[in-house]
Amino acid sequence: MEKNNLKAWLYLLPAIVFIGVFMVYPLVDVFIYSFEEGFNSASQTYFGVGGHNYSYVLRDTYFIQALKNTLILVFITVPVSTVLALLISLGLSSIKKLRELFQTIYFLPYVTNTLAVGLVFMILFKSGEASESLVNMLLKLFGMTPVDFITGPYYAKMLVLCIYTVWVVLPFKILILTSALASVKEDYYSAAKVDGTSKFRIFRKITLPMISPMLFYLVITGFIGAFKAYSDAVALFGTELNAAEMNTLVGYIYDMLYGDGGGFPSYASAAAIILFAIILTITCINLIISKKHVHY
Amino acid sequence: MKVVLKNLTKKFPNRNKKGADVIAVNNFDFEIPDGKLIGLLGPSGCGKSTALNLICGLLKPTEGKIYFGDSDVTDLPPEKRGVGLVFQNYALYPHLNVRQNITFPLENLKGKNKMKKEERLKKAMEVAKLVQIDELMDRKPSELSGGQQQRVAIARALVKMPNVLLLDEPLSNLDARLRLQTREEIKRIQNETGITTIFVTHDQDEAMSISDLIIVMKDGVIQQIGAPQGVYDEPENLFVAKFLGTPPINVFDARVENEKLIIGDAAVFDVPGVADGEVVAGIRPEGFIIDKNGPLSCSLKGIEVMGRDISIISSHNASQNPTVRSIVMSDKELDISGTAVRFSLRKGKVFIFDKETEQRIKF
Repeated sequence: MEKNNLKAWLYLLPAIVFIGVFMVYPLVDVFIYSFEEGFNSASQTYFGVGGHNYSYVLRDTYFIQALKNTLILVFITVPVSTVLALLISLGLSSIKKLRELFQTIYFLPYVTNTLAVGLVFMILFKSGEASESLVNMLLKLFGMTPVDFITGPYYAKMLVLCIYTVWVVLPFKILILTSALASVKEDYYSAAKVDGTSKFRIFRKITLPMISPMLFYLVITGFIGAFKAYSDAVALFGTELNAAEMNTLVGYIYDMLYGDGGGFPSYASAAAIILFAIILTITCINLIISKKHVHY
Repeated sequence: MKVVLKNLTKKFPNRNKKGADVIAVNNFDFEIPDGKLIGLLGPSGCGKSTALNLICGLLKPTEGKIYFGDSDVTDLPPEKRGVGLVFQNYALYPHLNVRQNITFPLENLKGKNKMKKEERLKKAMEVAKLVQIDELMDRKPSELSGGQQQRVAIARALVKMPNVLLLDEPLSNLDARLRLQTREEIKRIQNETGITTIFVTHDQDEAMSISDLIIVMKDGVIQQIGAPQGVYDEPENLFVAKFLGTPPINVFDARVENEKLIIGDAAVFDVPGVADGEVVAGIRPEGFIIDKNGPLSCSLKGIEVMGRDISIISSHNASQNPTVRSIVMSDKELDISGTAVRFSLRKGKVFIFDKETEQRIKF
C-alpha cells in the first residue's frame, strides 16, 4: 500500500509541480502582497502590513468605475448572450436547408481575432472628422440624432462594449448549445407529441432540463469570462481606459502594475484578491442555484 | 376499440435520389378486433415500426385510411386519437421521477378534460398499482432496472386510458429471464384493462406466446394474419414457415412425382392431389420420427440433449440449410447407431411450397 502511494505521488508529481509553481504560489504571493503596504518589487521592500491596500483600492474612483463597468458588463452580457445563443441554436436545429452555412457564419467571430473584430466595430460605430459611422448613418436615415459611440456619453460607450462582448462570446455558446440540442433524443419529443404536449411545454419541461448541464456550464464560464474582460475594452476604446471611463477590473489591475500611473503591485494585488472573491462568490451562488435546476 | 386499416400505404422518398420510393408499408388492409392483443411480427427493417407510427399518428400515410371504431382518424394528430405509445427504449424523461413521468400526459389535458392535481396523482397511483410500481414513485428512471423502467413506460402510456395501446419492441431491451416475465405481465395488463393492444416485435417466440392474433409482415407486405398456432400450423408461404418456429423449419429441395414427395432419391411422403414438378419441402423439427425403416436417410452429425427433448443434428444433400435439425422426446430409448439416421415423417408437419412463388401447395 505504502509503495503504491509513493508510485501514485510520483505520477502526480509533474502536474503538482506545474500547478504549484504557476498557480498556487502566485496566488499565495498575491494574497501576501495585498497586505504589504507600499511593496516595491525592485527592492523587495515594504513599509508595513495591514489592510491599507484594500481601503485605498475600495476608495479609488477608478476602481469604483471599473467595478461598476464590470458588473454592468457581466449582468447584461451573460444573460443576453446565453438567451440569444439559445434562440439561435433552437432556430438552427429546426431548419434543415442551409443549416451548415448558417452554423459556419455564426461560428466565424470565434475564429476571428478580438482586435480585428474591434476594427469592424470601429467602422460600425466610430465617427471621424470627415466620415460618419454606419450606425449613425442608419440613425440619421430614421430621423434620429447621431451619437458618438466611442468618445461620447457613457451609456453609448457601454452599449457598444456590451454588443461587442455579446458578439464575441456568442459563437462558442451557439456551438455548445446546438450540440446539446442535437443530443436530446428524438424519442422524447415523439413521446411528448403522442401525449399532445404543447411546443412551449416541450421546450420548458423537456428541452430545457435536458440541456441544463450545458446551459449551466455556459453561464458559469460566461460569468467568469465577463469578469475577466479587458481586451474587448482595449479593442474599442484604446489603452487609456480610465480616461474613457471604460476600464474593467482586470484593466485596473493591469494599470496598477504597468500602466502610466503604474508601479503599485500592492494595490494591484488587493484589487486582484477582490476580483477573486467576487468571482468565487458568484460561482458559489451559481452552484447553489444549479443544484435545484440542473439535471445531470 | 377496434382498429381498421384500409389500403394503408406509406412511401418514403429514396434517400439516394435515384431509384424508386421505399415502400415501408404496402397496402395494409385488415381489421383488429376490439380488446385483443395483436403481435406485428417481421424481420428488422420490414416496416413494422412504420406501421405502428402510422396507427399512432406520428407519421402521415401516403395513401389509405385508419379508423378507430367507426371514426376516421387518418388526419388526426396523435393526442386526438387517444393512443398510448411505449417506445423501444422507453423514452422516460430522465429528469422527472416516476410519478412526474406518469402524470406528464395528464398535465397536457386542456378544456373540459383538465384534471386537478389530486385527480392526476390518484390516476397515476391507480396505473402504478396496475403495473406494480407503486413503491417506486419517487425514484428517477436511472435508479430503476430495465424491467421497472418498462413498467413505468407502460404506466405512462396507460394513464390517459387510451383507446389503443401501442408497444414498439417492448421486450428487446430486457434480459432473457425478464423477457419471459414481462411478456406475461403485458398479457395480464392487457387482460385487466381490455385495451386493444398492438405490439411490434421481431421475436417470433414473443409474438406467438402472448398474442391473440399475429400479423406476419415482410418488406412492407403482410404475409399472413391469424391466431399464432394457426399461422404456425398452416403457413401460407415459405417465408412465414421459415420465420415462425424455433428451431426453424428444415427446408429441402424436392420434387413431386406421382403424388409422392421425393427428397433426394427417396419417396418420403404421400401428397395426394399435387401435380408433378419441382417444389420446396419444409419439415418442422418435431415432424421427424426416428424409424429404422423410415424413408428419409440423413447422415448423423451430432446429438444435443436439451433436458426435455433431444435435438438430432444431421445433414442431407437436398437440404437448403447446412444441417437438418430434428427434435424427439427424450423419454424414448434412442436407437441410433452408425453414421446414418433414418426418419419417417409426421402428418401435418410437412409443407410443400411452389419453387417459384414460394406459396404453399396444400394437399
